[in-house]
Amino acid sequence: MRNAFAQQITALAQQDPRVVVLSGDIGNRLFDDLKAKCPDRFFNCGVAEANMIGMAAGLALSGLRPVCYTITPFLTYRCLEQIRVDLCYHHVPVVLVGTGSGLSYASLGATHHSCEEMGMLRLLPNLTVAAPADAWEVRASLRAALQSPDPVYLRIGKKGEPNVHAAEPAFTFGQAIPLRPGNDVAILAAGTVLPVALATAETLAKDGINAAVYSFHSLKPLDTATLAEVFQHCRVVATLEEHSILGGLGGAIAEWLADQRQPQAQLIRCGTPDKFLHLTCEQEEAREHFGLTPVALSQRLRDAFRSR
Amino acid sequence: MSPSVSSPAAPGQSSDLGLIARQLRLRLVQMSHTAGTPHLGSALSCVEILVAAYWNVLRIDPAHPEDPNRDRFILSKGHAASALYAVLAERGFFPRAWLDTFAQHGAPLAEQPAPHCAPGVELATGSLGHGLPVGVGMALAARVQKRDYRVVVCLSDGECNEGTVWEAALFAPAHRLNHLAVIIDYNKWQATGRSNEVMSLPSLREKWAAFGWNAVELDGHDLTAITTALQSIPSPCGKPTAIIANTIKGKGVPFMEDDNNWHYRIPKAEEVTKAALALGLS
Repeated sequence: MRNAFAQQITALAQQDPRVVVLSGDIGNRLFDDLKAKCPDRFFNCGVAEANMIGMAAGLALSGLRPVCYTITPFLTYRCLEQIRVDLCYHHVPVVLVGTGSGLSYASLGATHHSCEEMGMLRLLPNLTVAAPADAWEVRASLRAALQSPDPVYLRIGKKGEPNVHAAEPAFTFGQAIPLRPGNDVAILAAGTVLPVALATAETLAKDGINAAVYSFHSLKPLDTATLAEVFQHCRVVATLEEHSILGGLGGAIAEWLADQRQPQAQLIRCGTPDKFLHLTCEQEEAREHFGLTPVALSQRLRDAFRSR
Repeated sequence: MSPSVSSPAAPGQSSDLGLIARQLRLRLVQMSHTAGTPHLGSALSCVEILVAAYWNVLRIDPAHPEDPNRDRFILSKGHAASALYAVLAERGFFPRAWLDTFAQHGAPLAEQPAPHCAPGVELATGSLGHGLPVGVGMALAARVQKRDYRVVVCLSDGECNEGTVWEAALFAPAHRLNHLAVIIDYNKWQATGRSNEVMSLPSLREKWAAFGWNAVELDGHDLTAITTALQSIPSPCGKPTAIIANTIKGKGVPFMEDDNNWHYRIPKAEEVTKAALALGLS
């Protein structure tokens, strides 16, 4: 995903002279091509993320389109007030790209995990919050972000994530991408866990349960049209994210649901619990630890479906 | 340089500007009294900094406050907003009458600057430590866009407690942003104590010099000295400039000078009269 980001931002920077890329001292060699093609529009801002966000606001207030890139916890948790005041309050079009999100860097410990940041950022007025699922969605969402008048946060993985799409999909913030039809269960997945949602649906199909799957990339704005539809037609709606069940996609939809009249479907939030991960492990094992595998998820959804 | 950006302003004579500074001070005392707003001591200490910048140095045109080539001035110490507003009104960015409703319900001028709240206000400030990083971004934008405007950021000494100030201080010299200046209103007080005691601020000029800035120290109530220092931007040495302006909190009103109670206290009607008398404006 990060290679797709680097390629796409290089292409977009060549098309738009307002694009400026700020990096928080990461991406060794990743931006060599960008630096060669746009040498005066790439800045390594050092290990000083809060200053980087403030600078991005200054660049945007001067008519440029800055894109800030670093590892998610340092881009988000550390800079919450800069994001809130400098970007959201001033309503400037700055794109934040957090890499290594969720449990991508499971082995580095919880300092490098980000399972709460979407919930935190979703509360900020004016900010778009989205989690592209694969390299194609990274390319599409970055293009959309640079056309948006709003500040945008994009949560991406690291490298080697499987592609879900065969080509760049049509992408609009706040419009989920349907990937598989089904009217028993709907799985709404945000981010790089989307392939897990698809595999879960395959497993459920073997038991005769038809599960729809959506790339539900945007936490804000929320695709309420799709929500209304799946809560009307399905018996169980599950959210899936590599993020805490508090505040993320599941939290956002639970809030929406609380205001609805007699929804048909039951909501099941699948994500990480309200805990730090203390287990030394890689990303796959961390997902397994938290029950975010097709086996565990299909069992949970099957039970829920049959007991409705 | 776009033709709409005027050269440094109008009067220019230090004696005239001295009178303007005194009139502004009385205005600030009146605004604090009328609106019931605190931070008067902080506003009074930066009057000459603002007057020197806005009358003698900044290339700005009140008729074109959004001109992309204008010089930028950020009052990062947003709690002194009344001083910025009074200066902008006096320079013609908006009607003086706006000052009469300062901080009142629904008025354009909030107690601390909101985004785009009034022509000439470059940034919403009030949370300390934001102005310099944003100013660095504006200075970097000038470099990218090949414009020659300058950026001046006014900080308080208490604000230098914030880590982002020093992050920005490390970045700007590395990129030789010599069209950027900070001016620190060094009034030796922060909200609840002596700024040199709360944190280790002394040798402030040496600190900025060690960070790679062209650092100068001067009397922050000396209009000529401030003007000369700001006029040297962009610095020929290629470094950004840090001006340590030694000031007195509450300056100009003897019973407020260096008394930190006036960080929060609001003057009563008889104190406004007393201040006017002291300023020779009764």
